[in-house]
Formats: sequence, C-alpha cells, structure tokens
Amino acid sequence: MSVVNATHTVLSNERVAEDTFALRFSSPELAASIRPGQFMNILTDAAMDPLLRRPYSISSVDGDVCEILYAVVGKGTGILARKRPGDDIGVFGPLGNTFGYDKDFGTALIVAGGIGVAPFPYLTRELQRRERPVLTFLGARSAARAVTRGLANVQLATDDGSAGFHGTVIACLEKYLAAHQVDAPRIFACGPNPMLAATQAFAIERGIPCELSLESEMACGIGICQGCPIEKHHGERKYSLVCTDGPCFDANDIVFHEHHHA
Amino acid sequence: MNTSFTLGTLHLKNRVLVASGTFGYGNEAAPYTDVSALGGIVTKSVSQLPRQGNAPTRIAETPSGMLNSIGLANVGLDAFVRDKLPFLRAVGTSIIVNIAASSVDEYCAVLERLEDEEGIEGYEINVSCPNVKEGGLNFGTRCDMTEAITRELRKRTGRALIIKLTPNVTHIGDFARACEAEGADAVSLINTLVGMAVDVRTRRPKLSTITGGLSGPAIKPVALAKVYEVSKAVRIPIIGIGGIMTWEDAIEFLLVGASAIQVGTASFRDPDAAVRIVHGMQSYCEEQGIEDIQELVGGLRVATGVAAPGFVKA
Repeated sequence: MSVVNATHTVLSNERVAEDTFALRFSSPELAASIRPGQFMNILTDAAMDPLLRRPYSISSVDGDVCEILYAVVGKGTGILARKRPGDDIGVFGPLGNTFGYDKDFGTALIVAGGIGVAPFPYLTRELQRRERPVLTFLGARSAARAVTRGLANVQLATDDGSAGFHGTVIACLEKYLAAHQVDAPRIFACGPNPMLAATQAFAIERGIPCELSLESEMACGIGICQGCPIEKHHGERKYSLVCTDGPCFDANDIVFHEHHHA
Repeated sequence: MNTSFTLGTLHLKNRVLVASGTFGYGNEAAPYTDVSALGGIVTKSVSQLPRQGNAPTRIAETPSGMLNSIGLANVGLDAFVRDKLPFLRAVGTSIIVNIAASSVDEYCAVLERLEDEEGIEGYEINVSCPNVKEGGLNFGTRCDMTEAITRELRKRTGRALIIKLTPNVTHIGDFARACEAEGADAVSLINTLVGMAVDVRTRRPKLSTITGGLSGPAIKPVALAKVYEVSKAVRIPIIGIGGIMTWEDAIEFLLVGASAIQVGTASFRDPDAAVRIVHGMQSYCEEQGIEDIQELVGGLRVATGVAAPGFVKA
C-alpha cells in the first residue's frame, strides 16, 4: 500500500453546517489507496504549535480529490477553518484499518453522532456501489449542526428537538427497529465515546453485529508512540492501539470505561 | 566529510539517533522513512517482562510540546529477542537497546540476556522514566542508585554503556559525574520534564496518571542548558536530547557539547524527521567547509572569562 507523506494544496474549504466544514484537496495517490474507515494525519501549520498532526477520517473521494469533514473544536481545527484555496496542508496517510463493508450482512445501519458523521459519505458510496441497503441514523445537537450530505435514508435525531426525533440517536434507532423489519443488519457507528458505548450495549443486547470507529488522543498514527490505547476484552495484550489496530473495532472486542462517558 | 562517531564498541555513521520510545523497534516507521540513513536506533525500552502500559489518556498536547504517560508499554525481553531483534539486525544502522527495570537485579538480568545476542552495539539505561511507579525516576533522582546501576552493568558488558539522565534533579552534573566514575561510556540527556495539564471543563487532569513527561520544542532550551552544564562536568561524550525538530536544533546541541543527538517527539510529527535532520546537517557542514563534524562539538564561542551562572563547580 502506498503511503502519502506530502504537502497538498487546498482546493476548497466550505462551511457545510454550524461550525462544520468540508475541506478538499487533490491527491491522486491518497485517492487511489484510502478506503472507508481509514484516516489521515494532517499538519495544519509549519509552526511548532500545534506540534502534532491530528487524525481526520476520509469523508469522500471523487477522482483525485479527497475530502475531510471537520468541526471547529480547538486550535488545529480553527487554523484549518481559515485555510483558503491555494493554502497548504501536510497530509500523511492512509492510516488505520477499514470498515468491514464487504462482510456478510444484509442492511447497513449507519449510526453517527456529531462530527462522527465524517467517515460515512464515503462508506455510503461504497455500500451503494455494492447495492447494499443503507439506513442512516444521524444524531446532532441541533438541526443547524446536522451534516447530511452524501448520506442515504437519513433518520435525524436532535438533542434540542429542532428537527427530526427529539432525543438520542440510539433511542431513534431503537424506535425505528421496533416498527420496521430490517434484514440481517450490521451497525457501523462513529461519534463521541458515550454514544459509542451506548451503541455497543444496544448492539450486543440485540445480537446485532457492530463496528465502532473510535477517536483518541494520538501522536504518531503508526503505532510508535503507544499513545492511543483502548482496552480489549480478550487476548494477550490488555490494550489495542486505535491507530494501527483500529480505528474500526468489533463492538465485542473493546471495553469502555467511566472516563469514556465523561 | 566525516560525520561518524565512535563510542567504545559503538560506531555511528552519523551523529543522529532516534530516541527511545519515539521510533518503536524500527519496523513501525520503516515504511515511511529510510531507516538505514540514521546513525542509529535506540529501541523502545525493553523490560524483563512485557508491560501493558498505563491506562488512557496517555498523551496531551501543550504549547509546542506534548505530555506523555505511556508507562513503558513494551513487548518484554523474550518477545524483543524473538520478534524485534531480527528486523533490527538487518536494518543497516547501529542498534542500541534501551533497558528499563525496577531493580538493579532486573537491569542486570536483562542486560546479561542481551549479551548473548548479536547485532546489539550498545545499551542505553533508562533510569529516568517519570511515568512508572517502581524504578524509573526513583533511580534517576538518586545519585547512589545511578552509581550502583552503572557499576553493576559495567561489570557485565564491554559494549557501549550509555546512561540516560533525567533533568528532574537539582544538579544533573553530579549524576553525570557518577556515571563517568563508574565507567559509563556516555550519558544521554535529557529525558522528559515532569509536567501536567488540566481540563478546566471537567476539572480533571488530562493524563490518567495526573502528571507525565513533557517533550518537544518546549523543552529544547532546558535541554541545551543541561547538556552545556554536563559538558562542563564530565569528559565522556554526551548524547543530546530534547525538542530537536530541525538540523539547526541538532547543530545547537553539538555546539554546546553534545557528540551526538537523538530525535524524539519530531518523529511523531513526521516519521521522516530524523533522516531530514541527517541530510540537513550534512548540507550545513558542506556549506561551512567543515571536514569533520567533530569540530562543532563543544564549539560554542563564549567571551573570555564569561561563565553561565548557577553551575556547581567540580
């Protein structure tokens, strides 16, 4: 697999929802190699602060053009939001594993919370290319923050009830499944850890196969720094690394702790 | 142009090493950089038994720096010899194994086992990890313990023996002197500075272990001053470590007295950083007409009669 470690030029950087942006850049090598679920580490600035790259999911690939979706949450994403066409970013990827979109299942249930929606436009496209049914459950704080582009059959849940279902995305999913027959579902989830922990509990209780895409503090992205552990249920090692063993994990394999619910 | 450096049995083709814990066991970074261009690899710490490491959260970024509390997560001695050493032997650069332990006996046991293995040119002894409950800083902040560990290990190896010192002491020169007196071939410094960061929203420490080790450009000025201080205290070579991101940073360390340097946190930002520093130093020497890079070591120009304040004299 060819890995890109290069400076790329921003093609566009547009606001797609409140505090949320889609940034595009051209990279034939990355576009050819990166798969849904994988991520790249982006260096926003040549200065030493921020010091480390940050991981971003690939949101979509269109020819040679790669896109990331991000919410402005801190220093690095603030810098990213000020990027204009022609500005540079450092891109290192693809990193990590992929969603199991070629596994044996009937209907894909995508469960996304907040900016956890980022990997799903690309996953949706690959699932649709394989003619697999997709249902999407999208949780957002409010209607203004919901990013639905590139998704299919969206059931929206908002914390404030400003659109769609008023409540958590898991409650929305539960309600839907109580009313509809879904053939051999498989859950693909990404979002804040409390949401993932709830998805994990929901899926295990009902025996639905489930993959969780995790986020973590991370320095290197390639398994060197050992900075992104997630506890495992079984095996010799107590921890997996989110960067190289993940970011996509089988819901049965990982353990969420109290600090994940904070 | 000569960039090489010889330290007892250790022959480095250039002055740039990668620091322990920032380059794994070489194989992880090999797809992303030309590992053979490095002067050497200092491995992730190896302890007698595998260590799972600390609970998350293990890292937090701070201005121009990062805090880590990994807790010496490593595969352990047996797996290192079985699974990691064969790759390292074949990689085409010098291999220095970093050893961590929680007792003098454990240091000795690990080193003795590694003495049976070919392809290891030296050892770096971690007496200064701030993130483990036993051993680590307990050794590195006690001169008598640093001394005892150096003495016992020196008896057991003819390979290059490097003691990695912590800056979390009052007079680092005293520790370097103890290492020199007990026969160490070199000292490497600095390990991370104990630091802390707090999330004001949750009122929790950002790291699970509350405090961690600070690295990166934020600590470079401290590291330079410590290397300078140690260079006035001992005659054995010094390997400079601390926030080296560019070749200019590396040259600064040579000028204040380091014979070689280690690139650490920079490899997290870019796995190719150390190799870029190798090339940058080479170009600098060519531009400056330097025939042997050794002439830069301790080449700091200080006005006659000026001494840095605060040093304890030998």
